[in-house]
Amino acid sequence: MTVTTNRRRWLGLAGAGLSTLWLSACDKLTADPTFSGVLRKVEGVTMKAQRLVTDRKALAKEFTPVNISKDFRANGTRFPTDEEYVALLADNFAGYKLVVDGLVERPLELTLAELRQQPARTQITRHDCVEGWSSIGKWTGARLGPLLDRAGLKPNARYVVFHCADTLEQTLDGTGKYYESIDLIDAYHPQTILAYQMNDATLPVGHGAPLRLRVERQLGYKHAKYVMRIEVVEKLDAVDANGQTVLGRGRGGFWPDRGYEWYAGI
Amino acid sequence: MADNVSSGTEFIQRHTIVTRLTHWLNVLVISLLLMSGLQIFNAHPALYWGEKSTFADPWLAMTSVTVADVPRGITTVGDYQVETTGLFGFSGKPGMGEARGFPSWATIPSYKSLADGRLWHIFFAWIFVINGLVYWLWGLIGGHIRRDMLPKREQLKPGHILHEVITHAQLKFPKGDEARTYNVIQKFTYLAVIAVILPLMVVTGLCMSPGFNATVPWLTDLFGGRQSARTIHFISAGLIVTFILVHVVLVLISGVWNNMRSMITGKYAIQVQGDRP
Repeated sequence: MTVTTNRRRWLGLAGAGLSTLWLSACDKLTADPTFSGVLRKVEGVTMKAQRLVTDRKALAKEFTPVNISKDFRANGTRFPTDEEYVALLADNFAGYKLVVDGLVERPLELTLAELRQQPARTQITRHDCVEGWSSIGKWTGARLGPLLDRAGLKPNARYVVFHCADTLEQTLDGTGKYYESIDLIDAYHPQTILAYQMNDATLPVGHGAPLRLRVERQLGYKHAKYVMRIEVVEKLDAVDANGQTVLGRGRGGFWPDRGYEWYAGI
Repeated sequence: MADNVSSGTEFIQRHTIVTRLTHWLNVLVISLLLMSGLQIFNAHPALYWGEKSTFADPWLAMTSVTVADVPRGITTVGDYQVETTGLFGFSGKPGMGEARGFPSWATIPSYKSLADGRLWHIFFAWIFVINGLVYWLWGLIGGHIRRDMLPKREQLKPGHILHEVITHAQLKFPKGDEARTYNVIQKFTYLAVIAVILPLMVVTGLCMSPGFNATVPWLTDLFGGRQSARTIHFISAGLIVTFILVHVVLVLISGVWNNMRSMITGKYAIQVQGDRP
């Protein structure tokens, strides 16, 4: 074996060894609670920085009908198989009632017909999935702000939680049920609506029939589909008498519970 | 040449401590950003132009198809398709292969995890931005940019540029007094990287943020929409990788120990051609 091939082999081995070492170091760091704790702390800094430099009342860009995607992708649950939902769907949601409760003065139960009589808004917006793709759609729905006013918020109300009909992950403790939450600034934003129409038609099942949240300016997973109940709470990480988190795993949403940003603004 | 200078090796202070620190921090941070970025890309390994995704017609896509029970990786660029099994679209150890854009050795974490990839990416994006700001502030105030990076008038003469391109292509590197400063090709390249490509990464990255987008919609419009911004982010990353490859090769062949010493200790040796007795 010549000196050159020997050296090449040595360099090749060293390179492979170093890259393996580097990768396993990165994987170990990812699994390390201290390191991931630091990453998570900085996620909080990013949220604060974004909220500092951006106008929280700013409207998301709206588009014209020609921009509407013909191939709007449905992600997450596309067809809930949960019994309660299947029964409602079989009846074309005639028995559906949206529950609004929690820290409100007057809990509500609203049928779809009643929701359609609420102050509404129509908007053509871009849906940005955390995976990287975007689709543009037209949404019509009841504005969340007036609905919350109708129920009347109690003074300690801080967050609005959306409980959904679909189970996205089968778990033993029930934390696989989809849910999401937003703060009151986003809840009262004029573009935050409970959509019952998409592209001028009744909201299809794949996109969250009969009711889905549109909270523009945030990533796709915040736009909870199959919304059954709106609960107003003070804390997202509240625990019960047994020390169990009341809402999912306590991070304010199905995907936030699984490592994604709660504020979903980036 | 002054007659009091004798021939031999002279050590000059080539890089200040700020240049050296920001350089090596960038080596680490850009590697981590690149690899966590590829993890994020893998969540949807397709790119589009414009505001929205046209799923049936991406300009670049890495997909996996099964032909006769054998999974293959296919990379599509425009109208062209190439099989890239093992690298793009489908990769992994024999029997453990999976559909993924970039292979596991190129991503952080090595396994699929968009959530972790994003945490890494945004954390190191902060360090990248702070590091860049330190470099730029110091460079502007301390005069590094004006003194060392901006080409001198005589360097901009077409004849000189042509001469530099030709000697560079012949891999003949400046010696003696000419080696005291960056040559014009180095200056153009470094300026393109520090003033255009690296800032472009930050801006196109921000343009993908729906929260930022609502506040500064014109910025995303400037790039032609969110999907265009994502595409430009990817292309710029590719340009950075290209720069790094060329940069490392040139460092290796133009005097690797001298170059490394100058970026670690600051000291750079040049051969002085003085009067010989």
